Amino acid sequence: MSEAAPAVNDAAPDAIRVEHLVKSFGAVNALADVSIHLGRGECLGLIGDNGAGKSTLVKILSGFHRPDRGKIFVEGAETSIRSVDHARSLGIDTVYQDLALVPTLSVAHNMFLNRELTNGFRPFAWLDNREMRKRARSYLDDIGIRTLRSVQSEVAMLSGGQRQAIAIARSVHSGARILLLDEPLAAMGAKEGEMILDLIRDLKDKGHSMIVVAHNYVHVLEVCDRVNLLQHGRITLDRLSSETSAEELTELVAREYRRQRDEKRASGDATEG
Amino acid sequence: MAIQDAAVTAPEGRAGLGWRVAGALVRRREASIFVVAVLLSLYFSIRNEAFYSADNVKNITETMAPIAIVAAGLAMLLICGEIDLAVGRVYALAPAIVYVVSSEDEHGYPIWVGVIAALGCSALVGLTNGVITTVFRVPSFITTLGMLFLLNGITLHLLAGTQVFMPGGGTFHDIFGSQPGDYPLFLNSEFFWALGIVLVLQFVLTLTRWGLHTTATGGNLIGAAEAGINVRMVKIGNFVLANLLAGFAGILDSTRITTIVPLQGGPDLMFMGVAAAVIGGTSLFGGYGSVIGAFIGVAVLIILQTGFNIIGVSAFTFDLIIGIAIILSMIVNVQVARLRNLGRLQ
Repeated sequence: MSEAAPAVNDAAPDAIRVEHLVKSFGAVNALADVSIHLGRGECLGLIGDNGAGKSTLVKILSGFHRPDRGKIFVEGAETSIRSVDHARSLGIDTVYQDLALVPTLSVAHNMFLNRELTNGFRPFAWLDNREMRKRARSYLDDIGIRTLRSVQSEVAMLSGGQRQAIAIARSVHSGARILLLDEPLAAMGAKEGEMILDLIRDLKDKGHSMIVVAHNYVHVLEVCDRVNLLQHGRITLDRLSSETSAEELTELVAREYRRQRDEKRASGDATEG
Repeated sequence: MAIQDAAVTAPEGRAGLGWRVAGALVRRREASIFVVAVLLSLYFSIRNEAFYSADNVKNITETMAPIAIVAAGLAMLLICGEIDLAVGRVYALAPAIVYVVSSEDEHGYPIWVGVIAALGCSALVGLTNGVITTVFRVPSFITTLGMLFLLNGITLHLLAGTQVFMPGGGTFHDIFGSQPGDYPLFLNSEFFWALGIVLVLQFVLTLTRWGLHTTATGGNLIGAAEAGINVRMVKIGNFVLANLLAGFAGILDSTRITTIVPLQGGPDLMFMGVAAAVIGGTSLFGGYGSVIGAFIGVAVLIILQTGFNIIGVSAFTFDLIIGIAIILSMIVNVQVARLRNLGRLQ
């Protein structure tokens, strides 16, 4: 099964610990048996090919899916994550690839979406746009985003990196301590990617625990303390970033591909013969 | 990436003057359509001084009022990403219900009972449309197309297919349907109702959580839901609002003209409302729009209509112009959205 099974009974509880998670969708075994752990203030890279089960795992942790079997511990306490709201109340927030931003709304309004600041009494309260702008600006300053000219700009006018940064800033300021970042560097230029990597390092320094899902091994090794490789719904590698390399990871994935290909050929030959 | 960087970070590589002017005009769509309304008024006034006579201004404001109220509700609904083709039928149904409940020839209850019953039914129609659309997942275009026929059938039954007198009169008529000449006030009360509703809804759209959630629901349905917004509730609420307003507009109009015609309003009124909203900058795809823009859109349409009448251009030309205006507005809307996503407009 997994090459490096997580050590049980650590002194300080992990931010997240998952044991023997199983999830199928009909005939598809998305997660066969997954155990991972994320230490406090740790940045864990989750890599693997398309269909390996990365999104399923993230969606279970963010409350979108319920696992068929297995245990989830958040900060030491066993929990069954019931919904997205429940995950958030546990301090877990996910920044999806689509970022869940509304392109026709301003940066400030996006950052306070559904947590708007208001004046007056409900239901006759009106939006406190000035305060939201002020705080949005300071949140962005906090995480070191200074390329944005105005928090009143529509999100549609921003670059991919700026959108990513805004989505992350929103999660952080909603009180999330555990961040799940789904492909934070997808479709991003070199400069922008570097900006996001800086942002992730910065969050780690501030004590946030993070799981970063990514395709690009170089990026993952650059910011993550540890890497887990997910293949066919199982963790096949759990190693410190300092003890592995992009070459090794690439080789592992390639080897798996060749093994499958040969298997397929062999079975093809068998039926022909 | 290069384009986006240039547009957002590097001042020297910024979009040219042309793009910036285009961007400003497009972003302040209300302002540009207002300029069109003023220019049209000037043009017609120069061509024929009857255009700015008291009679014609009365005519314009009278015609505008019900369409403006319907367009205000439709704008909110379009912004949250839905449409209601049946609001023109609710406009006929509501006064028919007032008639059945409050007319001396029918049940003869006090007028306010009839009005409350009528508004309640209008809201119920909106609720039904909203639930069928969001819970049963039938596209609102289809839901409300069915409702369009259904409601017409009900109205025809209620009024036995004939024109009847609107109950009320006295103070009720003064508040909801006074005409210029009744009082020193130059304009009719229906126009003031329209103006008030438009201003309140514009406030709701831009300065309340409901308005923000309406925009978010239309702008990114999944994203809004992920942020925890109850998008179903937002849509149903705007269906109720649009139908409530359409019913109210029908009651106002029937009070003013003192009769109820079972076929009044209908798809014509609804399409005028949608056209006005689109001309005023509201996107048919949701996520963007303006109630005041829709109001000015109504003004432009009615100024064109009465202006053509006065200078003697045929009604055929009016339809032709409206058609062109809607198509041009849609081209602008779609292209603006595209350019925005490319980061070209500042």
